Amino acid sequence: MKTLPIESGLLLAGVLFTLGLISVLIRRNIIFMLISVEIMLNAAGLAFIMAGSRWVQADGQVMFIFILTMAAAEVSVGLALILQIYHQLKTLDSDAADKMHG
Amino acid sequence: MMLILLIVILMTGGIVAGIAARWNAAACRWLSLLAVTADFGIILTIWIQEGLSMTLTNSWLRDVYIPWIPSFGINFHLALDGLSLLMLVLTFFLGILAVLVSWNEIQYRIGFFHFNLLWVLAGITGVFLTMDLFLFYFFWEVMLIPMYFLIGIWGHENRQYAAYKFFIFTQASGLLMLLAILGLYFIHGDQTQVYSFDYFTLLGTALSPETGRWLMLGFLAAFIVKLPVVPFHTWLPDAHTEAPTAGSLLLAGLLLKTGAYGLIRFVVPLFPAASAAIAPWAMLAGVVGIVYGALQAYGQTDFKRLIAYTSVSHMGFVILGVFAFRELAMQGVVMQMITHGISTGALFILAGALYERIHTRNIEEMGGLWKKVPFMGVIAMVFAMASLGLPGLGNFIAEFLTLIGAWQASQPLTIVATAGLVVATAYSLRIMQKVFLGKTNTGYALHDLSLREKFILVPMCIVILWLGLFPQPVIDTSRPTVANSMHTDNHAALHRGAERNKVYEALTRSSHEQK
Amino acid sequence: MLSLLWLIPTLPFLGALILILTGSRIPQRVAARIGCGSIGLSAAITALVGYDFLATGQASYKFTAWTWFHVDGLSPGVTFYLDSLSLVFIFVITFVGFLIHIYSTEFMQTDEGFARFFAYLNLFVCAMLILVLADNLVLLYLGWEGVGLCSYLLIGFWYSEEKNGYAARKAFIITRVGDTAMAIGLFVLFSVFHTLNIQDILVQAPQVWTIGASSAVLVGFLLLGGAVGKSAQLPLQTWLPDAMAGPSPVSALIHAATMVTAGVYLITRMHGIYELAPLAQQWVGIIGAVTLLLAGCSALTQYDLKRVLAYSTISQIGYMFLALGVGAWSAAIFHFMIHAFFKALLFLSAGAVIMALHHEHDMFRMGGLRKKLPVIYYTFLIGAASLAALPFITAGFYSKDQILWLAWAGERGNLWFFIAALTGAFITAMYTFRMVFVTFFGEAKTHISHRPGKRMTIPLVILAVLSLIGGFIELPHTLGHVTLFSNILSPLLPAVPLREGVESTEWTLQLIAAAFSLGGIYIAYIFYIQQPKLADDLQSATRGVHQFWFRGWDLDALYDFVFVRPFVYLSKWNKGDVIDRFYTLLVRLTEYFNETFVRTQNGILRWYIMSIVAGAILIITISLFIQP
Repeated sequence: MKTLPIESGLLLAGVLFTLGLISVLIRRNIIFMLISVEIMLNAAGLAFIMAGSRWVQADGQVMFIFILTMAAAEVSVGLALILQIYHQLKTLDSDAADKMHG
Repeated sequence: MMLILLIVILMTGGIVAGIAARWNAAACRWLSLLAVTADFGIILTIWIQEGLSMTLTNSWLRDVYIPWIPSFGINFHLALDGLSLLMLVLTFFLGILAVLVSWNEIQYRIGFFHFNLLWVLAGITGVFLTMDLFLFYFFWEVMLIPMYFLIGIWGHENRQYAAYKFFIFTQASGLLMLLAILGLYFIHGDQTQVYSFDYFTLLGTALSPETGRWLMLGFLAAFIVKLPVVPFHTWLPDAHTEAPTAGSLLLAGLLLKTGAYGLIRFVVPLFPAASAAIAPWAMLAGVVGIVYGALQAYGQTDFKRLIAYTSVSHMGFVILGVFAFRELAMQGVVMQMITHGISTGALFILAGALYERIHTRNIEEMGGLWKKVPFMGVIAMVFAMASLGLPGLGNFIAEFLTLIGAWQASQPLTIVATAGLVVATAYSLRIMQKVFLGKTNTGYALHDLSLREKFILVPMCIVILWLGLFPQPVIDTSRPTVANSMHTDNHAALHRGAERNKVYEALTRSSHEQK
Repeated sequence: MLSLLWLIPTLPFLGALILILTGSRIPQRVAARIGCGSIGLSAAITALVGYDFLATGQASYKFTAWTWFHVDGLSPGVTFYLDSLSLVFIFVITFVGFLIHIYSTEFMQTDEGFARFFAYLNLFVCAMLILVLADNLVLLYLGWEGVGLCSYLLIGFWYSEEKNGYAARKAFIITRVGDTAMAIGLFVLFSVFHTLNIQDILVQAPQVWTIGASSAVLVGFLLLGGAVGKSAQLPLQTWLPDAMAGPSPVSALIHAATMVTAGVYLITRMHGIYELAPLAQQWVGIIGAVTLLLAGCSALTQYDLKRVLAYSTISQIGYMFLALGVGAWSAAIFHFMIHAFFKALLFLSAGAVIMALHHEHDMFRMGGLRKKLPVIYYTFLIGAASLAALPFITAGFYSKDQILWLAWAGERGNLWFFIAALTGAFITAMYTFRMVFVTFFGEAKTHISHRPGKRMTIPLVILAVLSLIGGFIELPHTLGHVTLFSNILSPLLPAVPLREGVESTEWTLQLIAAAFSLGGIYIAYIFYIQQPKLADDLQSATRGVHQFWFRGWDLDALYDFVFVRPFVYLSKWNKGDVIDRFYTLLVRLTEYFNETFVRTQNGILRWYIMSIVAGAILIITISLFIQP
């Protein structure tokens, strides 16, 4: 089996992460921000997988499973929070939810 | 065990009184009074028992030692000597008066008030008794927090500001002391492998001049803020002015004294060399305080603020006397601590009594009150005279001894300090003129002192007279402590001996010449 | 009998205590009896003790009540020490004090503060007695401050008047300035001798100090500072004229007869030190000479009857200081005693006049009282004659003559002292009879409302008799040579060594002095009886000088400008405490940082993420470029 060069895998992960980050920053809709965070998490997961296969160790895959679990938990909590925000503020605009300003 | 009892009575008394107030306000007041009186009784008994058996060689009368956290060398160590004894007598005497003056004044959250009052007293008692630096710091804080509530909850208009200011000043300087305590603990531990917070263990710690100075400054910071010494005094006018009468009484009468006590008990014995090195500056600060406080007192129009500044002035004598390193001056300081507690306390009580009657503290709005409240006028005259240092009243003994001792240490500073007495005359007479003499302000309907108030003020008058005419019991009681604290400073003792020799030589020389 | 000594100050103290405690609840008659009775008893005991003391011929008697305090070598006792010097003083204090108390029972009759008045007066007598009986300087200081307090209380006795309170505070504060110097003097004495016991110091002083030793001179000046404050001498004399705001008996007792002479007592008591400090002693004389002239000039220009007497008191104490300055200790004390008689008499008569005329103080609105108040007139005249040193018949002549003579003939005397004293005598005679002529002669200008009763006139008559015959217990060589008074004091106070070859001039000098005082009286007669227009002309011609003297040489204005105003201004300006600004600044700074940094906490999620990213990029960049 031909192995992918690690550089291209990591490059893909980096591009995904950057895309996710940029969309977190420019999106104001909280649901999109949540999705973007998911993309960033997956990018990180990809990086782990790549590294795991490079060093032929299981650790990378273990970490990926961790990230999956965590992402699931995060989505459930995040969605619940989003529901509450929508309930309270009648909007999904994250800039409107600035009640925590100093 | 008596010593622990003193603190326990106050702490439990505070809790019980606090709870009792839920059912009955009078019960709460009586319980607090009972607790403080019980302590006063205990300490008087000890004084009478021990007063005769005190010697110069062993100044410690009572000692309680219970291991608390042995692994860190922290012990529950209380000890009583003449100085602590006198301070405790003053504490409980003023404590009783503090409960009595609040009898009508405090009508809001009575239980919590008395809880705080008794816990402040417990903290002060602890400070005067502990011989373990960790425990000392603990009580230092115990004293602080209830006081914060006393000012912040039951004070006058600007109480929040005053309470914060008081808290921050004291806390910040207290933390410096904590650092110094820890520093001393580790240095001593490194040197001897005995890690202990015990005062007596730490007493002989050898320190390099540099370290000694920094550690001493840490202790000094806490005490000179508490005392207070100009320029660290600005919390005091605010705190004294805004506090309720009992609070002002405790602040002026006792809390300031903890600073003076700390100087005598800790700074000088623990760091003899470092404190001798800083002595000229400390004495200078004292003299500046005397003059500055008096000048400021003269300019005030708020009665309580005026008295607060007189405290600054009087406390200048304390630091002047402590750092003169002469037995005379040190005795003067001990007298000053007691007499100032009483005379200034009495003036605050009078200010409080007037405030209850006419609802103002502005002396410009008073005047000619003698005609209406002659008894109050006489009492005020006595304490105004005390604060200007009239012989026959206790303050004179204190100031005279301090100055005559300080003269041998620094003559220019003593001259300025003595001149401060002229300014003291000016502000004391200004109090009398603005409040009691002058044109009668007909607007106020006043009644003279009630029986309760007479019961508070007349004993204070008697005590200040007694201290002025028969101060010897007090001097004898504090003498062992004072004399011993002098021995730690060999430099000063040698210096004094040299002066004596010089005079003796002059005497013998001239008698030879005559022959 | 000597063992009763402690009762002398104690009785007035008890009297004061009872009057303070009972206050106005007891009727006036009882208060008067307690007030006068305690002093009367004191006076009687003084007589007994004095008789006993002189009869047994003891040098001194000591009574220790208790040791006041004892610290590190300093152990002053509450100890009374009686010797001939203190005997003279307690005699004057109790007897003159008693007469003044009797007088006051009528003078203060209608005053609502009757009991308070007697309480203060008794307290004063007690403090004054302690001052002169004290065996050590600390106890003396107690008496010293005690009389200061009573003086303050009594000057401001009518406290509802703002100006009385001002005068009272002025008196207390200015004397306190002198007391500060004195206190420092005590510190020096203690650091040298390790005791403050007067007799011990006097014994040790010649052994420790050589004549002219710098610390002896220093102590001399410092004690002189105290004396100058209390005795209203230059430069601290400005309080005394204002002190006349108090009731007349107070002026008589405190500001003429007793308290103001405390400085004379102090210097006489410590004469051993002044003998070792010639420079300081000389300055005592100089201050006395200058003061007696300045105050005499001011007395010439006053309108207020009591102010004339006040300046006159300053001037007469100047004579005593002059005597002390030339070492004529006994002469100073003799003049003190005679002065106490006639000046108390003058103040009390003046009080009677003022009371008779509805509290009118201005002499020029009095006039013609000779016929209407004959008793007062004659007693006042006797007092005035004694003050003006009318030759041969008055006591004042003999006491003042002694000072004049010794100022010239004494070893430490000189021509300048003599000229000053002589000029002073001339001025004294002039202002005294100006006062007499203006007040009692001419036309009546104010209606008389109250005629003094027996309780006022009897003390006046007794004092008048004393002012006349008191002088005969001490007569100069040339006239009878009686030395009763100086005999009493001679074991204690050394006599003045005379310069060589001056004895023969004594007669001449006496005649000159007599001529000067008669001349002064005659000039006053010309100006105020014969040709009153002359006086007005002179006054308008020398308006500037007249005003300057009237204001007491503008020393008040000077002190006000140099000390009082800056002090008051500074304390008002700094009412808010400039040091607190620093702490306020600290608070402001903290608040400013708070405001600045709180802006970053805007609640917008994307900003936070942005800052996290920026932070992460920053850290990564730094860690890439900066290799550890």
